[in-house]
Amino acid sequence: MLVYVIRRLGQSLLVVLAMSTLVFLAIYAVGNPIDILANPDTDQAERDAIAHRLGLDLPLWAQFGRFLWNALHGDLGRSFVYNESAVSVILQRLPATMELALTALVFSILIGVPLGILAGLKSNSWVGRSIMTGSILGFSLPNFWIGLMLILLFAVELRWLPAGGRGATVSVLGVPLALLTIDGLKHLILPALTLALYKAALVIRIAQAGTREVMLQDYIRFARAKGLSATRIVGVHVLKNIMIPVVTVIGLELGSMIAFAVVTETVFAYPGMGKLLIDSIGRLDRPIVVAYLVLAVVIFAGINLVVDLLYAAIDPRVRLSEVKG
Amino acid sequence: MKRCLATLVLSVCAVALSLPAAAQELRIGLASEPTSIDPHFHDLGPNNSMRHHIFEGLTTQNAEQKVSPELAVSWRALDDTTWEFKLRPNVKFSNGMAFSAKDVVYTICRIPTVENSPSSMSPAVSAFVGVETPDPLTVVIKTNGPQPLVPSNLAGIGILSAEINGGKDVRFKQGGCENLGKPPQAPDFNDPAHEVGTGPFKLVNYTRGQQIILARNDSYWGGPSHWKQVMFRPMANAAARVAALIAGDVDMIENPPIPDFDRLKGAGFTISEGLSNRVIYIHLDQNKDPAWKTPGVRGTDGKNPFLDKRVREAVSIAINRKAIDDRIMGGHAVPAGELLPYPLFGATKDFPVAKYDPERAKKLLAEAGYPNGFEVTLGTPNDRYINDEKIAQAVAQMLTRVGIKTQVDASTASTFFTKRNKFEFSMYLAGWSPDSGEMSNSLNSLVVTLQPDKGRGTTNRGRYSNPALDELVIKAKATVDDAAREKLLQQASKLVIEDYGIIPLHFEVTPWAMRKGLSYKPRVDQFTIASDVKETGK
Repeated sequence: MLVYVIRRLGQSLLVVLAMSTLVFLAIYAVGNPIDILANPDTDQAERDAIAHRLGLDLPLWAQFGRFLWNALHGDLGRSFVYNESAVSVILQRLPATMELALTALVFSILIGVPLGILAGLKSNSWVGRSIMTGSILGFSLPNFWIGLMLILLFAVELRWLPAGGRGATVSVLGVPLALLTIDGLKHLILPALTLALYKAALVIRIAQAGTREVMLQDYIRFARAKGLSATRIVGVHVLKNIMIPVVTVIGLELGSMIAFAVVTETVFAYPGMGKLLIDSIGRLDRPIVVAYLVLAVVIFAGINLVVDLLYAAIDPRVRLSEVKG
Repeated sequence: MKRCLATLVLSVCAVALSLPAAAQELRIGLASEPTSIDPHFHDLGPNNSMRHHIFEGLTTQNAEQKVSPELAVSWRALDDTTWEFKLRPNVKFSNGMAFSAKDVVYTICRIPTVENSPSSMSPAVSAFVGVETPDPLTVVIKTNGPQPLVPSNLAGIGILSAEINGGKDVRFKQGGCENLGKPPQAPDFNDPAHEVGTGPFKLVNYTRGQQIILARNDSYWGGPSHWKQVMFRPMANAAARVAALIAGDVDMIENPPIPDFDRLKGAGFTISEGLSNRVIYIHLDQNKDPAWKTPGVRGTDGKNPFLDKRVREAVSIAINRKAIDDRIMGGHAVPAGELLPYPLFGATKDFPVAKYDPERAKKLLAEAGYPNGFEVTLGTPNDRYINDEKIAQAVAQMLTRVGIKTQVDASTASTFFTKRNKFEFSMYLAGWSPDSGEMSNSLNSLVVTLQPDKGRGTTNRGRYSNPALDELVIKAKATVDDAAREKLLQQASKLVIEDYGIIPLHFEVTPWAMRKGLSYKPRVDQFTIASDVKETGK
């Protein structure tokens, strides 16, 4: 188990290295940050001074070498735009993003699993069919459109919820959290719902397929014969057995909800990390972009690891050992 | 179950009913967020706009970018290289400390010490060779040559407190001041206790990406602002901004999209719009170096057609500016004859706009030896100016109609400006808004011969070069007398426009949208200043 974890971490490190090389070269090719950052009025002396300050006067290999060397020392560079460490700029946005992603995750499970099981149990009735048809809408409608429609309905017409932003926060151990205030929760509902709908639709389909399969298994028949109540059969035996694919999908999707909720964050003017990434790409703030994607790889690798560990917890047949060959 | 659901919905409603905005609170949705609230860190529009609320300059620019008094009550040139500023008495910083000439010296000294600045304010003060304070309410600035724009440049510099930053014994010295202490760096200002200026507001909270909250400075020398609290929220997405305004989340937004104007007005909102100082122009590659092959022209046997004035004129008169403004800009733009709109300094009243005449354009092309035209690629950004790519497409069609087959190469700003600055376009569309709000800036940046080391022609990426024009602009830039300088600038502007050295299309109009009962006087510099938002009564 320990060996397994260590090997997985080693692999992740390689991915991080390959990723940062790619990103560094790619964003280098996009353009020269000075052309964007500097006031177009500035004369050559000032432009040279800026280039020197930001380390852009060095040749590419030297810039990359410098980046790698600093990265090995745990320093992913300073933002060109904010003059703060890139990692700390990103981490400032992390609480907001985590709140959004986790709320969306909860929404997608709460919506997806019950509806999916229901659709699986009644797959031939109109209930099951309408749930499945509805789920098609969930992943075929574009995210920004759903977001705008929710804003129009709940913020503009009904005026129940705010149209965007993050709302009031309280500081818990220095971390500003909006989940603990009513105002903050109100701000979270619409973006989290927007983000959750696609995932919920996915979960519905997986849970439905899983339920249909599990319901035919011998142990369900046995449980019925034993006289267990329907609630217990569905709530324990079915639920447990459909969770593996659900956890896999949710795990993968959680990574993308944290790292790339760009569209939702933009539509709701939500101060999360995805928006920071887009802004930074637009401004060619290379250190932020590189550090961001490195962090994203770390998050994905971490979540995958947790998902694998969860498998073992849910299904005792799964062993976490490497298969040779 | 049903009843339970109904109760649930009702209770959610009760919680969700948003409280009405507190009286005298103003909430503004910004189109682009300042990158820092250090007033000297990044010379960028949104930063400079925000700076005005908290830090003031010796001078300021009014809504028409005319230089007017702020912390200085008057100024005059003692001779060609010496400026004297008389400071406003009895001004206090928002923490109660008194403002004096020392703070001006400290600020000028601090500007070059800002670390890692992506665009420094140093150019505004780099010509200073001496800053003296004969008494606490007088500052005398000596420059290394005639610098008529000193009062205008100082309008861009927010004054810090010397005392709070630990530099009250500061003495100006060229190349590094004495007793400056340890000057603050950009992140230091994120702390409201450090963000202390003389302006009408003080900082309450700065959460990047989320909000900037300001509170009224009750001891402001100009009298307390009407707004007790102002909240700025960055909302880069235009649709999100409009939704937030309609939903009542904010009271006012920057840059509502033109197609939404009617809907907003129909819903009772006010749109305030005014001419900006930004000109949208087309630059043509006019590099005279015989070894240079212009990159985007085909069908001319390697010749650069734009070196011929007749071709440049043909390009200009082939463009129907009125049609662009009516059809693409929805009437929210003003056709431009020169690079700066009247009444800004150096612009001429009723300067003629090039007359649309496709027949004559064809004739000129034939005369120049291109009866069958040629092909060219027009470079443009697609996310920088209002409808930039659409304008370029329209221009391309108009040029194609007279025989110049034009393709559009549109890209995102970061890519476009890098390519443009590497001279990869024979023809490009871009915009210019002079910070100084006067003509010498536009001419010097866009059409004076490119000499980066001398700070001339910094954005002249068409490499237009005309010694007569250079001479006029250089002379104007060294003329301290306003009337004489304006005359030289008008002359220079006329010269370059009549030579078709650059082709102005239109001036952008900047819109703001706000809830009923508010009004805002549009500013040519496109800044959003909370103190200028007035309540007109319910």
